[in-house]
Amino acid sequence: MEIIKIIFKNLFRHPLRNTLTMLGIAIAVSAFGLLATVLTSWDAGMEAASVDRLITRQAISFIFPLPLSYRDKVAHTEGVQEICALNWFGGVYKDPKNFFPRMACEPETIFDVYPEYQITKNELETFKKERNACVVGESIAQQFGFKVGDVMQVEGDIFPGTWDFKICAIYKRRDKNTDGTQMFFNWQYLNERLLQESPDRANEIGWIVSKLKPGANAATVSEAIDSQFRNSPAETKSETERAFNQSFVSAYGAIFTAIRAMSYIIVIIILFVLGNTMIMSARERTREFAMLKTLGFSGMQLSWFIAGEAIVMSLLGSVVGTVLLFGMVYVVGELVPKQFFPIFFVAKSTIITAALSAIVVGLLASIQPIVRTRKMKIVDGLRFIG
Amino acid sequence: MATAIQLSNVSKAYTRDRLTIPVLNTVNLSIEEGEFMALMGPSGSGKTTLLNLIAGIDRPTTGSVTVLGQDIAGLNETMLARWRANTVGFIFQFYNLIPVLSAFDNVELPLLLTKLSRAERRRQVETALSIVGLADRMDHTPNQLSGGQQQRVAIARAIATDPALIVADEPTGDLDKNSAQEIMTLLERLNQEFHKTIVMVTHDPTAAHHASVVRHLEKGDLLASEERHGNH
Repeated sequence: MEIIKIIFKNLFRHPLRNTLTMLGIAIAVSAFGLLATVLTSWDAGMEAASVDRLITRQAISFIFPLPLSYRDKVAHTEGVQEICALNWFGGVYKDPKNFFPRMACEPETIFDVYPEYQITKNELETFKKERNACVVGESIAQQFGFKVGDVMQVEGDIFPGTWDFKICAIYKRRDKNTDGTQMFFNWQYLNERLLQESPDRANEIGWIVSKLKPGANAATVSEAIDSQFRNSPAETKSETERAFNQSFVSAYGAIFTAIRAMSYIIVIIILFVLGNTMIMSARERTREFAMLKTLGFSGMQLSWFIAGEAIVMSLLGSVVGTVLLFGMVYVVGELVPKQFFPIFFVAKSTIITAALSAIVVGLLASIQPIVRTRKMKIVDGLRFIG
Repeated sequence: MATAIQLSNVSKAYTRDRLTIPVLNTVNLSIEEGEFMALMGPSGSGKTTLLNLIAGIDRPTTGSVTVLGQDIAGLNETMLARWRANTVGFIFQFYNLIPVLSAFDNVELPLLLTKLSRAERRRQVETALSIVGLADRMDHTPNQLSGGQQQRVAIARAIATDPALIVADEPTGDLDKNSAQEIMTLLERLNQEFHKTIVMVTHDPTAAHHASVVRHLEKGDLLASEERHGNH
């Protein structure tokens, strides 16, 4: 107890130096945390992706459509409980910068397949009944100020023309790992217009999402689906939603590696900042440590003084850094359009990693002063002039 | 009176850059229990080295050092640290107080190594600070105290564990005349009233005059002559 008291009192020996060191650690921890948050946000997208949902798409590429006839065949495959066919719509809402995913879907099943997107029964009924009705995520609604009843006019690019969508619901996210940036509308609305304006493009779907029956094996069901369309003009590739999402993210692997490397470099910078302070601090107190040894304090006890001080300083910096991090994540979350980071929050693992890093860095930073102090002969220490 | 400290054929040499520098040459010294000995001599004569050997913070190159019946040359570092904590009180020229701690906390430091309860430690610290006349300055940090007061705190720290032996290295070396006089009176009181064996290194003949015995060192040799002061 007294040792802890002494450790805290020693922190005020050089208030300016120690405050600057702690601020340096705080800023480094917040930068480390921000990078870690970017990484965990990507990972959270992966985690949120269900392993009991299959995505069936054209084997050649995601951009090629599937015939509508595939829908029923997939729906009747052993192990499939429910399906929903979707089409990537694209389009521009006011400005190309206002990007968010806009997809045609089957209102009858979309919320059964994606239970994490939550709307009321009445809203769902309206969505099913009204041809041009759409449902938007709460993040997007917040960003663009959408309200139920608003009409969203989108200029089509993949499907040319002006498209009016009436917002009938704003879906709530089941938890913070759920993407709140999607927009869904009725596939029939798209198809009916295509039948009139470009019949050759009608009756096509982009991909099929299948919800598996409990206990169904994803690999077996995937194979069962794909085998039905083998040697057809549009062969399919089925995989779990998580594997599907990972195939997108893997393209950014080098960027993630760079971000991860950067976060490790930041930890090393913290180590140097704190190490420098601890070396100076211990050197200045050489006579004091010699006096304590003279009084009978052991090398181990002095090691705790030094390591304890480094760890406390590092942890305090880490706490301040974590508070800063929450502020930074809030600001970044507000400034960066939601569609870039649909899920952006400070994960518990980031806070734990920052705290553990602080302890490890504190221990590492105190190694040199501890070794020097333990090796020091009392008579040399008492004669030391700093 | 029993012998408190016995040095037999003690030599000490330091090696610096492959050069061996002799500091003490075959010193034989006996100090009685309750004696107050001053060690005098010019700079580099080996006074502090001799004091360090007696206090167990340095080891002789040859010879034996027996303090209160314990041959301290045979103790390992851990045992020696424990022995020092139990047996010796230290007073340094520059006080060596921890600047961020109060007088109370500084005096309490050696007691943290004991098994005393917090209340017992408090009692001992208060007693030690009362003996040196600083009971009303317990909460003051060293920079709020004069040099003389800081040295009195250092003396309180030296006696907090009630050690049998007190070693003092130039305790008045950094003080003005009046403060030096106060410190020497205090040491004399510790010797006479509390029967502490005191070994003190000093350059100052006035300070040495408070000791019961004065021995001189010259170029590492302990001179045979000794001064005994009759008031002890």
